[in-house]
Amino acid sequence: MARFGMVIDTAKCVGCQDCVVACKTENNVPEGFCRDWIKTEVTGTFPTLHMEIRSERCNHCSDAPCVSACPTGASHYHDVGGIVLVDHEECIGCKACIASCPYDARFVHPEGYVDKCTFCVHRVEKGMDPACVSVCPTHCMHFGDLDDPDSEVNKLLNSRKHHALLPEAGTKPNIFYLT
Amino acid sequence: MAISRRRFLKITGATFGAVAATSAINPVIKGAKKIEEKTVKPVKGIVKIPTYCDICFWKCGAVAYLKDGKLWKIEGNPEDPLSKGRLCPRGTGGIGAHYDENRLKAPLLRKGSRGKEEFVQVTWDEALDFIARKMKKIKSDYGPESMVLFSHGVGGTFFKHLMKAYGTPNLTAPSFAQCRGPREIGFDLTYGDAIGSPERTDLKNAECIVLIGSHIGENMHNTQVQEFSAAVEKGASIIVVDPRFSVAASKAKYYLPIKPGTDIALLLAWMNVIVNEKLYDEEFINKYAFGFEQFKYEISKYTPEWAYIETTIEPELIRKTAREMARYKPATIVHPGRHTTWYGNDTQRSRAIALLNALMGNWGKKGGFYLPYKYEIPKYPYPPYPKPAREAADNPNHKYPFAEGEKLSTGLREATLTEKPYPIKGWFVYGTNLTQSLPNRKETIEAIQKLDLIVVVDVVPSEIAGWADVVLPESVYLERYDDLNTPLFREGFVSLRQPVVDSPHDQKPNWWIAKKLGEKLGLQKYFPWKNIEEYLDTRLKLAGLSLKELKKKGVIKAPEEPVYLDKNEDPEFYTPTGKIEFYSLQLKEKGFDPVPKYTRPEEPPAGYFRLLYGRAPVHTFSKTQSNKLLSDLMQENELWINADVARRMGIKNGEYVRLKNQDGIVSNKVKAKVTERIRTDCVFMVHGFGQQSKMYRKTFEKGASDSQLITRYKVDPIMGGTGMNVNFVTIEWEV
Repeated sequence: MARFGMVIDTAKCVGCQDCVVACKTENNVPEGFCRDWIKTEVTGTFPTLHMEIRSERCNHCSDAPCVSACPTGASHYHDVGGIVLVDHEECIGCKACIASCPYDARFVHPEGYVDKCTFCVHRVEKGMDPACVSVCPTHCMHFGDLDDPDSEVNKLLNSRKHHALLPEAGTKPNIFYLT
Repeated sequence: MAISRRRFLKITGATFGAVAATSAINPVIKGAKKIEEKTVKPVKGIVKIPTYCDICFWKCGAVAYLKDGKLWKIEGNPEDPLSKGRLCPRGTGGIGAHYDENRLKAPLLRKGSRGKEEFVQVTWDEALDFIARKMKKIKSDYGPESMVLFSHGVGGTFFKHLMKAYGTPNLTAPSFAQCRGPREIGFDLTYGDAIGSPERTDLKNAECIVLIGSHIGENMHNTQVQEFSAAVEKGASIIVVDPRFSVAASKAKYYLPIKPGTDIALLLAWMNVIVNEKLYDEEFINKYAFGFEQFKYEISKYTPEWAYIETTIEPELIRKTAREMARYKPATIVHPGRHTTWYGNDTQRSRAIALLNALMGNWGKKGGFYLPYKYEIPKYPYPPYPKPAREAADNPNHKYPFAEGEKLSTGLREATLTEKPYPIKGWFVYGTNLTQSLPNRKETIEAIQKLDLIVVVDVVPSEIAGWADVVLPESVYLERYDDLNTPLFREGFVSLRQPVVDSPHDQKPNWWIAKKLGEKLGLQKYFPWKNIEEYLDTRLKLAGLSLKELKKKGVIKAPEEPVYLDKNEDPEFYTPTGKIEFYSLQLKEKGFDPVPKYTRPEEPPAGYFRLLYGRAPVHTFSKTQSNKLLSDLMQENELWINADVARRMGIKNGEYVRLKNQDGIVSNKVKAKVTERIRTDCVFMVHGFGQQSKMYRKTFEKGASDSQLITRYKVDPIMGGTGMNVNFVTIEWEV
């Protein structure tokens, strides 16, 4: 059973937002909304600073609170790789999932349903990388099966220091950041 | 080795003609016409068409996707050596240019006074007849030299051709005197060769990269960013010098938070250490340097302790970073930057960078400056152009002795204002928003008032369009062909821009506009081709290729050539001495310092900050702000201000403020970005915002304009570049 995830190298990311634009065009995300975004965290005082730039999105958690919170079953784990998806037809727009997501990854689409990153499941099913991964000019993003010990993502996790976001939330996120 | 290198052409002098009388402006007013929207024939399913991007000037190879006949997305072309299959965010958002609701839709003729943005819609025939009539009159009254073409980007090709055929030598682009000019001249004076675009920097193989005033990563020149990131991955040692903790600084092993305007002091001190400690490539210097002993003597006084006072960089850090560079030579590169018009001493600054690189012995070496080559495609066999009776008006009496090859845009503005050395009566403006791209907007507007004709060709109603007599709406790059792209690069190739979709309204491609106008001016012999396909195919056939083949592939590569010198191969330097000129007799002869010297820049008065500007990854100049995909990511710019300073002044993050410069100019409101990432003596904003064109609705007064505040500029006496980091501002609360 595959478990899809991403490994993102913050040492290479320049925060250019190409991933954000690519997602918007690939998935026709309406103006004013985005499914992925850039977060910049600065610590220290000038000039001794540390900055981490991260491309963030739904973490496609293995223990996803949005799936548990959904009263209709619209939010669900996809058969392929455990990708967390929202069935637009089943969604009643109650926003329980939005309240439960510790990553603020979801929004209400102007057409009334809740929307978020799909890991570009339509591409992944064809063996392609998600759009954000495929466009990145710094090659800082990697997509693959975290359950496969030989996958590129696992090799990266085994060889580099990394962290996930809000591990304390206990949601078992599947996006990891190399530092 | 058949390596073609870019060389500057020296322009020979000519005599100056007499001054004729001025003519009055007589605008034609026509009723507005309704434009019928075109409909695109839908083709079911996905269609992929290769082309090259135009959101900036990098010209990345791309593949556009149509879904059921509608433009869906655009990706990098994997075959293209510049993009390698990946575009930058602007390129990825390029389809937003086609869908932009703010686009110019039909030709416009001015109705009210200039700058009032009052126009009537006219037909192409009416617009071009008006322009042709005016241009003919200018030619007969003042001579063809009285027309100036300001252009930017490959789309200017056919207008350059038109203007040469018309007979003017005054063709210019602000990308020289307002951007990369000092760098090209600084390197040309040192190596006899320019850096060129794309830069010939072998970043991906460098083991040590020094960025001084170059914010790669925020500046999204695609190949540069890709190679920089590859170098970071390989563990290259990065040294970043910037008053602002840039994105690149966050990747650096050493960050040097330099006081703005003191780069030359640091560069001299670095060279002082490298020479004193004999860390340079001795064999290389012995073989290829001219005037090294004089240089050595000149720089002996610039110790790190001396530089500390000027730059605020600790002497030990200067020594450590100098040794770091030397450790990795020749795979160390001090990036020459691109936009280098800052303090008016910029050619000497670039010379110092060129010399520091020379100490690393990196010319023609892996990880240094590679030797680029190109796919040689012959030019179209046009008849010869008429020889202008007068030389270009941008640099009378060669006031700036090394302003060679390219014309000074600010020089032509000056000539327009003063009518010296002869009157300039017409401006044809293509793809450059002059009120934002030239310093001191007031001078630009005053110069416009002296004109009999100003034509602007653009895709959106930019500020400069608001000042035009005639505005011509151009098709965006996804709707047109352009000339072939054959840059000097690490791989020679030819790439094609071709239409992917129809223009939605009455927009026309530049080649069509130039040809039609040429015919109306009686210059039809210069436009012998029926359409651009015929032009492109003729050029390609001369190189044994065809348009049909290139349309399919988008990119064709030239046979591979070496880009590094062989072990025993000598580099060629096209300087008068045939060597790298550490001591420049050329400069000395014209009264300039033969070895770069440091002069302390003017300090901001008490309570003032130095105004710095730069780029953001999602916008190009002032031309992408109405693209919905990109404006969604950045709708306005911010004012970067040091957190301590903001605390003292009581400025909160996200609060709107205004800036007032030393000449009393007050900016639009701009959001304060209170951050640790900048020095206390300067503030920073991204260029291209705060536009004043009411027609350009989506951008009107969004953020503040650095250009508006750049009322002062310091001209580089060597080549006429305009140093623009010499303005000081105070911060006022938004009321």
